[in-house]
Amino acid sequence: MAMVNIKINGQPHEVEAGTSILKAAKAFQVNIPTLCYHPDLEPWAACGLCVVKVENSPKMVRACATEVVDGQNYITHDPEIMEIRKTVVELIQSNHPNECLTCARNGSCEFQDISADFCIREAPYCEMLKDLPKDESTPSIVLDPRKCINCGRCVQVCQQLQDVWALEFIDRGYGTVMQPAAGALLNESPCIKCGQCSAHCPVGAIYEKDETEELLAAIRDESKHVAIQVAPAVRVAIGEAFGLEPGVLLTGKIYAALRMLGADAVFDTNFAADLTIMEEGTELVHRLTSKDGGPLPQITSCCPAWTDFMEKYYPDMIPHFSTAKSPMMMQGAVTKTYYAEKAEIDPKDIYSVAIMPCTAKKYEIGRDDNMHASGYNDMDLVITTRELARLIKRAGIDFLNLKDEEADNPIGVYSGAGTIFGVTGGVMEAALRTAYKLVTDEELGDVNIQAVRGMDGVRSGEVPVGDTNLRVAVAHGMANVRQLMDEVREARDTGKEPPYHFIEVMACKGGCIGGGGQPYNTDEEVRQKRAAGIYNDDEKSTVRCSYQNPSIIKIYDDYLGEPLSARSHELLHTRYHARPLYQK
Amino acid sequence: MAIKNYCLVCGGSGCAAGKADDIYHGLLTAADACGIGNDVQIVKTGCFGLCEKGPIVKVLPEEAFYVEVKPEDAETIVNEHLLKGRIVDSLLYREKGADKTDLSEIKFYQKQMRLVLRNCGVIDPEEINEYIARQGYAALEKVLFELTPEEVLEELKVSGLRGRGGAGFPTWLKWKFTADVDSAEKFIVCNADEGDPGAYMDRSTLEGDPHSILEAMTIAAKTVGADHGVIYIRAEYPLAIKRLEIALKQAREFGLLGDDILGSGFSFDIEIRLGAGAFVCGEETALLASTEGNRGMPIPKPPFPAVKGLFDKPTVINNVETYANIPLIIIKGGAWFNAIGTEKSPGTKVFALTGKIENSGLVEVPMGTTLREIIFDVGGGIRDGKEFKAVQTGGPSGGVITKDYLDTPIDFDHLTAIGSMMGSGGMIVMDEDDCIVDITKFYMEFCVDESCGKCAPCRIGTKRMHQILDKITTGKATLEDLQKLKDIGLATQKASLCGLGQTAANPVLSTMKYFEEEYLEHIRDGKCRAGKCKDLVSYTIDAEKCIGCTVCARKCPVPCISGERKMPHVIDQDQCIKCGACFDVCKFGAVIVA
Amino acid sequence: MAKMTLETLRKLREEQKEVIERRDSGDKSIHIIVGMGTCGIAAGAKEALNVFLGEAYTRKMDNVVVKQTGCMGLCYAEPTVEVKMEGMPDTLYGNVDAAVARKIVNLHLLGGKLVNDHVFDYPARDINKE
Ligand SMILES: Cc1cc2nc3c(=O)[nH]c(=O)nc-3n(C[C@H](O)[C@H](O)[C@H](O)COP(=O)(O)O)c2cc1C
Ligand code: SF4
Ligand code: SF4
Ligand code: SF4
Ligand code: SF4
Ligand code: SF4
Ligand code: FES
Ligand code: FES
Repeated sequence: MAMVNIKINGQPHEVEAGTSILKAAKAFQVNIPTLCYHPDLEPWAACGLCVVKVENSPKMVRACATEVVDGQNYITHDPEIMEIRKTVVELIQSNHPNECLTCARNGSCEFQDISADFCIREAPYCEMLKDLPKDESTPSIVLDPRKCINCGRCVQVCQQLQDVWALEFIDRGYGTVMQPAAGALLNESPCIKCGQCSAHCPVGAIYEKDETEELLAAIRDESKHVAIQVAPAVRVAIGEAFGLEPGVLLTGKIYAALRMLGADAVFDTNFAADLTIMEEGTELVHRLTSKDGGPLPQITSCCPAWTDFMEKYYPDMIPHFSTAKSPMMMQGAVTKTYYAEKAEIDPKDIYSVAIMPCTAKKYEIGRDDNMHASGYNDMDLVITTRELARLIKRAGIDFLNLKDEEADNPIGVYSGAGTIFGVTGGVMEAALRTAYKLVTDEELGDVNIQAVRGMDGVRSGEVPVGDTNLRVAVAHGMANVRQLMDEVREARDTGKEPPYHFIEVMACKGGCIGGGGQPYNTDEEVRQKRAAGIYNDDEKSTVRCSYQNPSIIKIYDDYLGEPLSARSHELLHTRYHARPLYQK
Repeated sequence: MAIKNYCLVCGGSGCAAGKADDIYHGLLTAADACGIGNDVQIVKTGCFGLCEKGPIVKVLPEEAFYVEVKPEDAETIVNEHLLKGRIVDSLLYREKGADKTDLSEIKFYQKQMRLVLRNCGVIDPEEINEYIARQGYAALEKVLFELTPEEVLEELKVSGLRGRGGAGFPTWLKWKFTADVDSAEKFIVCNADEGDPGAYMDRSTLEGDPHSILEAMTIAAKTVGADHGVIYIRAEYPLAIKRLEIALKQAREFGLLGDDILGSGFSFDIEIRLGAGAFVCGEETALLASTEGNRGMPIPKPPFPAVKGLFDKPTVINNVETYANIPLIIIKGGAWFNAIGTEKSPGTKVFALTGKIENSGLVEVPMGTTLREIIFDVGGGIRDGKEFKAVQTGGPSGGVITKDYLDTPIDFDHLTAIGSMMGSGGMIVMDEDDCIVDITKFYMEFCVDESCGKCAPCRIGTKRMHQILDKITTGKATLEDLQKLKDIGLATQKASLCGLGQTAANPVLSTMKYFEEEYLEHIRDGKCRAGKCKDLVSYTIDAEKCIGCTVCARKCPVPCISGERKMPHVIDQDQCIKCGACFDVCKFGAVIVA
Repeated sequence: MAKMTLETLRKLREEQKEVIERRDSGDKSIHIIVGMGTCGIAAGAKEALNVFLGEAYTRKMDNVVVKQTGCMGLCYAEPTVEVKMEGMPDTLYGNVDAAVARKIVNLHLLGGKLVNDHVFDYPARDINKE
């Protein structure tokens, strides 16, 4: 890597060529304020807060979007620069409602933090707000364009990272507003509810639909048996809301906190992840071995944003989709059937709640009739990691000092394969562990399948399973999917051998650990650490493969029979339908 | 019976002030007196563009150019020149410093010099043969068959040509950047978006001489190794678009565009893209985004388009006027071009002269010409004999220039040094009737409307500045607001992403500097000296002067003027809408604006 | 027009130069060149053009060639019309409305006289002739 010599505020430094001034400064303990820049995205360079001086040049440049040039001296802070930045902050304030106390981002807002630093005690410019209504049309996220500071992150996320193009800027100048495409309501737009926009928004202009009140109401209701499940990715991220590093495993404390909140039963979505593997793994083996098992490749379907995307953009791929429901939905279905039977509770009294890293899960519970396989709503409520963290604080729980607890039986125990569902490549790896057994009837020697791990947007490779080399591919971040789908389509249309046998897709970058409902300030480093936490959970599990999970063995013995049985089909599988991009 | 001499007497207002009318009649009388009334024709003409040396009389066919003619000279001209055929040496125009005048030199009196506009108004733009006859495509011949790309770049470098789209970047360097990138695909783009209010230099060039642009773009393509060109032109220029389309068709038919141009083996073609007319789409990165079919929003530079432009490919993007210079430079040589204009800004510049100017229009002058020469000589001075107040160069991005700086030679660097800029060449002249705050508000309103809305300092800053200017013009501002204007001005200048925001505050900052007193008058005294800010003026009738003619009462649209015939009239202040009709019609100066 | 080579282009240029030179000297035709830029058209250049065409037709003046050109820059004096004919100096007229156009035909073309108050000076010398 070529290095260049620069100065930051007169101090000489050597940095890699191609580094932005922003990153170079940060490497040498100088923080330049930013409001529109996000490390996941190409610099959009909109806010103007990060401007710095280049010695001997009359112009100021944007630190976020400007690469260092050999020999230059960058002045990042002086009274004039700070004055200019302050004016910019004041200008943005003048176009932003002063409503922190009732705002979804109160306490986690980047603009609030910056405003605090700049000590603006009086608003110099008369306030002029956009007079625009909230968009609460989706079950997942709320758009509040009044609070939008036009940083451009959500638009870039939705268009570039997710390739959905549900959001755009309309109009220009002072009237520029972030809006669902074509002026539709978000729910009528191509939006897949991934919530990545809400996770990247610096302010309270896009946020998850908060449903903690619904949970409290259910807990309050004596007649309700509140059963709460916890998704894998939540446990390695929630600590961040309490000041911990990303990746610290807090499974036991989450169980304990949920009980303190008033949960009647605490389950783990990881159990159902194991169940999903049994069904989906068996389905894969069928497709591989039997003519009428369905077309190859088989494509995972546990991500509801991805299934929504596929139904809108790739409906011709429906036959490739695994019919297995997502772990959350399977857990919901067995909670109100198998568990209800075991615990002798009338399923109509069960209120089933999931703690998820995901906003799309709020949509998934009502996406289709199959979501009532138990005869009731299989799932009643989804709460994101961010909502849970707030609720724990509100309930006065000293979270970090809680004693670890265990989940409840019989649907609370999980294998390492279940937990890695939370990270990109995890479903693939978990499925391969079980498929190997199903195909070869042998135990896998090394269960760590490194070939499918990592953070590259698209990964593919071959994994030997018995006589066949299984061709597999993994994609995460919706924009990375097109490449794979187009390969599959082309092979199909030209009558060629399918390029893959099995494809895993997750809508969010990094998989669910990078979900749209996770704590704020997620970037590549945070995702890496959360992923490490997940693999750590897997490593320390005594049982590493789904088929070895004793609770799984038991549910098949006692209730379901075998994977893909009639009862499994009824409870654990679903259908997909083409959906229009725009609904009106 | 044939006329022997035509005698042209300037009838422009500058010369009229110098009694040109008397000269005209003097000539007529003298000619009749000596019996040559039928051999000569004496006519009045439009301004010669040398008002400083007026009154002017020109005698044809000798082209004798008499300056500073006095009424008493009329007889001399008739007796000597018209009667005896002896040119009156003492009245002839002399170049500064020259003591003897050679008639052949007299033609050089003009301040204008038409390089860019060399064919405009001369050839039929829809007829490629006329272009070819006037050296058209001769430069392309040279570039295709005689010069190497390096030699073309060298010629451009020697010429010192700088971009005419505003920034003044050396054109050869831009081309070299693109030439140096190794890429299978490269583009040549012509920026014909021209959105400054009052500017139409590029439109006229394209309408009058479209082939020169096609030729220049082809030269650029050969030099940097591009095979595709785009002319981005605003859809509001239908005539220019039509002429370009005709020119493209003819050039293709003649084999001057398309495959294997003139049998050289080099291929290049050009397409037209229509812009929707957003000012910001003239900014090069926004223009490229718009050409790609995306929202026309600027992106940060670097990387510059020269390296990563249209569809991420290396792209030369130049302004219409920049291109129009290229064929001449190739034919006549870089050194020839470099000798015109000033050392750091060689060549000429086309300006669209508008506002309170006698002769509004397109003028092309060598760089280094002073503002005074442009306004008072070429432009014929201020309309209706009013007082010059300021001139705005660079359109909404420029600053105002006051009387004190009229002798500044115009080039990129001098204009920047006095707080304005060259911009694309709009030049708007203001007189004493213009309110400087009101004008500034007008420019700010333009920026508010044209901001693309991407970046906060420009999007919000221009709006807030406009609000404050509005407060000032309606008498609601405080002195604190002036400080706020300065603060926002600085922030938008330094923290905006593209040139629009970076320069939007220039009119504010420069008028506040040069006309601070006028701002203070508005705020402190609630007065608008130009009477433009309606909220700050009132119309009253001086009872002493009013003779009760009733004209104003009849003209008042409200009506709110009352009074008996032959008695002083009164304006009802509560009803008056400050239209000024009364002021305009009162012949007795009885209406007072305050 | 077939696609040209270097040689045919050069030949064409020489031919066209001759055409223009013939026009400039000794040509018996009368050339009326109307400024048809956006500003000219907006100011009424089309009406002037129509008058010239109509007068030439009704008066059977076969030697009149009416042509268009781009903007000369004298926007304050649009429409502009240039008249070139033998025995008269090349003349640039400004503010040529239909009435003035008729005067130009009557006085200048037929009477050998300039039209008062409408003559304008050329804005600059011709660099191509240098
Ligand atoms: C807001 C804005 C508007 C602009 N509009 C134009 C325009 O209308 N025409 C133009 O040639 N350049 C315009 N420019 C300048 C272009 O960005 C660019 O510098 C120019 O096209 C480069 O060509 P040149 O080197 O030949 O000047 C504009 C710049 C800004 C910031
Ligand atoms: S978005 Fe941030 S600054 Fe705005 S009201 Fe909410 S918390 Fe406050
Ligand atoms: S939730 Fe996802 S798809 Fe919907 S608008 Fe946000 S980023 Fe786009
Ligand atoms: S909604 Fe949020 S992320 Fe989107 S542009 Fe507005 S402030 Fe930025
Ligand atoms: S400065 Fe203005 S026009 Fe330029 S990018 Fe920013 S908002 Fe858009
Ligand atoms: S011109 Fe004015 S003052 Fe005179 S009568 Fe009319 S309104 Fe009155
Ligand atoms: S952080 Fe650089 S412009 Fe916003
Ligand atoms: S008025 Fe006579 S030269 Fe301008």
